[in-house]
Order: sequence, then C-alpha cells, then structure tokens
Amino acid sequence: MNLAHRDIRHNFGRFALTTLGIGTLLMIVMGMGGIYRGLIFEATMLVDKVGADLWIVQRATRGPFAEISRVPRTMVDRVAAVPGVAQARGFVYHTIQRERDGKPLRIAVLGLDWPVDKGAWLPLVAGRALAQNHYEMIADRSLRLQLGERLRLGKNTFTVVGLTQGMTDTSGNGFAFFTVQDAQAIQFDRPGEAIRLERAAREQHTGTVDIGRTQPAMLDRAGGPAAGIPVLPPSEISAVIARVAPGGDQSAILSTLSGWADVTVYPRQAENDLLLLGVVEKARRQLGLFRVLLTIVSGIIMALILYTLTLDKLHDIALLKLIGAPNRAILGLILQQALAMGALGYGIAYLLGLRLFPLFPRRVVLTNDDLVQLAVVVGGISVLASLLGIWKALRVQPNVALMG
Amino acid sequence: MSVHPAIETLALTKVYGSGHTEVIAMRDATLRIEPGQCAALIGPSGAGKSTFLTAVGLINPPTAGQIRIAGRLVMDGARALTDPRRFRRQHIGYVTQKANLIGFLTARENVELAMRLNDVPASLARRRALELLDYLGVRERGDGYPPELSGGEQQRVAIARALANRPGVVLADEPTAALDGRRGRQVMELFAKVAHEQGAGIIVVTHDQRALDVFDVIYEMEDGVIRRGTPMTAEAGPATMAAPGSGLR
Repeated sequence: MNLAHRDIRHNFGRFALTTLGIGTLLMIVMGMGGIYRGLIFEATMLVDKVGADLWIVQRATRGPFAEISRVPRTMVDRVAAVPGVAQARGFVYHTIQRERDGKPLRIAVLGLDWPVDKGAWLPLVAGRALAQNHYEMIADRSLRLQLGERLRLGKNTFTVVGLTQGMTDTSGNGFAFFTVQDAQAIQFDRPGEAIRLERAAREQHTGTVDIGRTQPAMLDRAGGPAAGIPVLPPSEISAVIARVAPGGDQSAILSTLSGWADVTVYPRQAENDLLLLGVVEKARRQLGLFRVLLTIVSGIIMALILYTLTLDKLHDIALLKLIGAPNRAILGLILQQALAMGALGYGIAYLLGLRLFPLFPRRVVLTNDDLVQLAVVVGGISVLASLLGIWKALRVQPNVALMG
Repeated sequence: MSVHPAIETLALTKVYGSGHTEVIAMRDATLRIEPGQCAALIGPSGAGKSTFLTAVGLINPPTAGQIRIAGRLVMDGARALTDPRRFRRQHIGYVTQKANLIGFLTARENVELAMRLNDVPASLARRRALELLDYLGVRERGDGYPPELSGGEQQRVAIARALANRPGVVLADEPTAALDGRRGRQVMELFAKVAHEQGAGIIVVTHDQRALDVFDVIYEMEDGVIRRGTPMTAEAGPATMAAPGSGLR
C-alpha cells in the first residue's frame, strides 16, 4: 500500500497548492537559466548569422559590438584586394532610441552593404529582402512594426519590406536592417540648424586664412554641403567583414591584415569571445548567482514545507510505529511525497515556462542540457529537503499515538 | 491452541527518574493470560495500568522483569530480545483509548494496512479487511475516512485493525472511554467474543465497571501492583479483591 499516494489523495488540495508554489519557484529558476542561455544566443547570433570569417575593426578597439569602432569606407576595397579574401563588406552597427505611440522604441540599426548584401541571409518570416539602395528596411518582429509600415528616421522615411523573428542584440533590442548608406544617414543625421551653423563657421574660418581671402570660389565651397569639399572624408563605417575564399589560407590573410597599422582583425571565434567575455560576462555571473540563490531558496522552502507536512502527520507516524510499521514504510511516505512534489513541481515549472517565457521581454532559451541538469538538482533538493522531516519522523515514539 | 500462555509477565517493574525524583510506576507485576482468555485490568488513574500495557506491547520497556508472549521470552528487563516493532506487527494487536485510525486512510485501508505491513497480498488483505469490518458490523462504512465515522464505528475499525493479522495477543487501553454505555458494552462483548472464537489472549484496561461481567478474569492494579480479582456478574456488583494467584475459574 503506497502511503504517500494515499496521503496525497486525501490532502490533494493542500498538496496541489504547495506543488504549484514550488513549481512557480522552479519556473523562475528555469527562467533564469533560460535568460542566461538567451543572452549567449543573442550575443553570438548575429556574428554566427552574418557568417563572416574575419572582422576588421578600428585599431586597438574591440568593436563593433563591445565598443565604438570606425574605419574608412575605403577599407572594404583594401580588404577585398588581399589575396585569399572572397568577399569584403562594410558593416555599420549602432543603436538609436525613438518614441512611438508615446513609448520608447530602441532599435539596433545594422547596415547591409548594398548591392553585395541585400539581407538574403536574414531569417525572413514575412516580406522580402531589400530591393533598392534607399528608403527600405527589414525589421525584427520584436520592434512591433508591421509589413508595409512607414517609419520616419532622421530626414528620411523608410518602408518595412521584410520581417525577421528573434533577431535581437545583446541588450535585447530588435534589429532593423538598412543599406549601409541609409544606416549612416540615420547615424549621422543632424538638425538643419546645426548644419547651417557648421557651414557658417566653416565659411567664417576659411575667410580668415589666405586661401579663403585669395580664392573666392573656395570661400563659396566652404559654405556649401560637406560632400562637395574633397578634403573632408566621407562618413566612416563600423567595421569591414570578410569571407575567406574556399581553400584560402585564413592565417595568411590574418597575418597580412595584422600588419596594417590602422586596423585590428578578429576571426569569428575571437569576435564571439569578445561578446561573451565582455558584454555578457557580468550578466552571466549575476544570473548564475541568482540561479544558485533561487535553487537554495527553493530547497529551503521545500524542506520547510515537507517538515511542516511531516509535523502534521506525526501522530499518524507514531501510530504507524505502534502497529509495527518498519522505518522503510515511514521513510517511503515522506521521501515519495518529496519526490512527487519535486517531480510535479518541475513539470509545472516546465509547462508554465513554455507558456510564459515567450512573453518575457528578453529571449529565454531552454536547452536539453539545462533541463536535465535542473531535473537532477530538483531530485537532489527533494531528497535533501525531506531529510529534516525524516529526522523528525524517526525520532517520534510510538507512545505519542497513545497520548490522544 | 498453544500450550503456552498467551501472555506471561514476571515481576515487571518500571521506575521513572532516580534518587529523590524516583517514581515507581509498576512493581513486580505478574500475571498470566491463557489463549482464548479475555482479561480486564482495572484500577484508579495513575495506578500503572497503561504502563503495564505499553510494557507488554513492547512500546515502553520495563526496568526489570520478564515478558513472554506465546511462551517466547521477548523482554528481559529493559532489553528487548526481538525487534519490538516487527514482533508487534506480527503478534500483537493494539487498541487505544481513542480510536487512533490513520487519518488519510479509509476505514478499510486502515485494516488492510496492518496486513500489508506483514506482506499479505493486496487482494487477500482487502478480502480479510472486508470480512473483519463485516464481523464488527461496520462493513458499509469501509470507504469512509475516520472523521466521517462515529466514535463507536471508529473503535470497531480500530479493533478490526488489531485483529487483522490474527494476533495471539490483543491489548486494549480503555477502548470504551469515548463511547456511551451501550456501545461500550458492545465493544467489551466483542473482545470477549474475539478471545473465545479466535483464541487470542486479550487484556482490556478499563474504568468501565458496568461491563466487567463479560470478562473471564479481572486484575486490579493499584500503586503499580497487580492483584487478581473475581469475575464480575451483573448481580455481583463491583469486582471483589482476591489474593494474587487465587483461582477464579
């Protein structure tokens, strides 16, 4: 006769509520692990999806994700000319914040090097890739933009032509993909007044030097658009990404690029490591600590609940001893309840998590390894939590049953 | 029927505390209950009746003396010569003052449990549990939980549980304390019936003077000492005292 089952059946409401509480707690533990995995996934997703073998960034920086990096647009051609490089593309990445319907809208802006890169590699769930050099964008669903929706950014209005799912940066901001030119226009957009003031300052400064005084045409040009002044460089990009040709020698390319004084080169794994060890590491440790603490708290709560349930049954346990029940029957009563509570709590945590985690603002990734690990931990804390109750049950004397 | 007495105690003594706090709860308690004999143990509160019963039930060991069950020496002084719990489970049925049923089991399961603990197959245990509940007149209450049963019904279920393993010894500690006179008498008659029909040696501790006539033998305990009394009849009134060892039947 399974006493644990009989006790649960008789006190089902209390058992169910207690298990639901433990399940909710375990769901949070599970969610913490999932958020950690989500961080890693988000951090490395873009690097993995872009599929570049080499990341060429500003010298002595760890860009473009961990810190700001700027390289000239001409760097794309320089890298493409290195023997063994199959393709080089410009890469622009920055984050902007706008308001939409009175709420902040943070967008991770990523520039695609049109026409080489139209975003065909993106996991589109609706719409299409970019089809023109300007005024089109592909947005992630997390930005809550609709296909065909028009969004004004800077001085231009962009139409959403494609939607992706689950493309977010390490901070959880949804990606929006533009051409490099448009991404730069958004990045370097300035108000008209600021431009007018800059032109006036440039014109005034030119007027104070000999070349301005002696060449009136130069003075006119100084007061015009910056693009019309050859000595001013065009806007810079964040990085250049390169793909090694099949059969190409990556180490040779690395060696060549490392000799350039103005850039630093990272292979794909190094770029991933920069993201994981730099951007994600503190969050990982924090989440890990939370997870450990929550697991301990879950264990303590389970122990207290099981101890209380045992205290409620002390008279019955004494009676069991009075009628000669062996210790294994009493241990089974407590231990099986603990394991049932742990197992059902785990199941509730999993099912609740499946429903609730997609509603979380950050990605929650449940991996099989983590689920198995948590199941083992829950089994362990179920056993440990029941020890206090078992200790109490073994100490109770059968004559307690005679005390009425 | 066994040639040995169902219960035999020899000079059982129980001392609590020591020095100036020493209390002698039981002193040289000696008695002998034959198989099929139903005995009452009466006496005032604090006389040591429950101490004696728990000692014989291997729950609370004596300080000195011996206990034999069915001829087997099971307790020598404070030293148990067997696993008390296993022995109780196999050979002793215990009925307490209050019905003392396990709250999360139905009446039938309470009876079944006693047998399942002795590894009786589930189907056999279930059948015998129903037979016992039928025998005790509470079969129709078999699926009820203890709080759903009346005091008398609970006590009958507790008796059924005590009898489940066909024990050679049944010990009952004031089993009618929570019952009215009529139901109390029914329970006492039940013990006598069980002793006579099933051959068990039964000791019933009781304060209830009205049903003493159902017992084969009466022992009285006072200040920790057991003396043998005379059988009670409805006309005879309260039990009269007799010297220890004097014949009754």
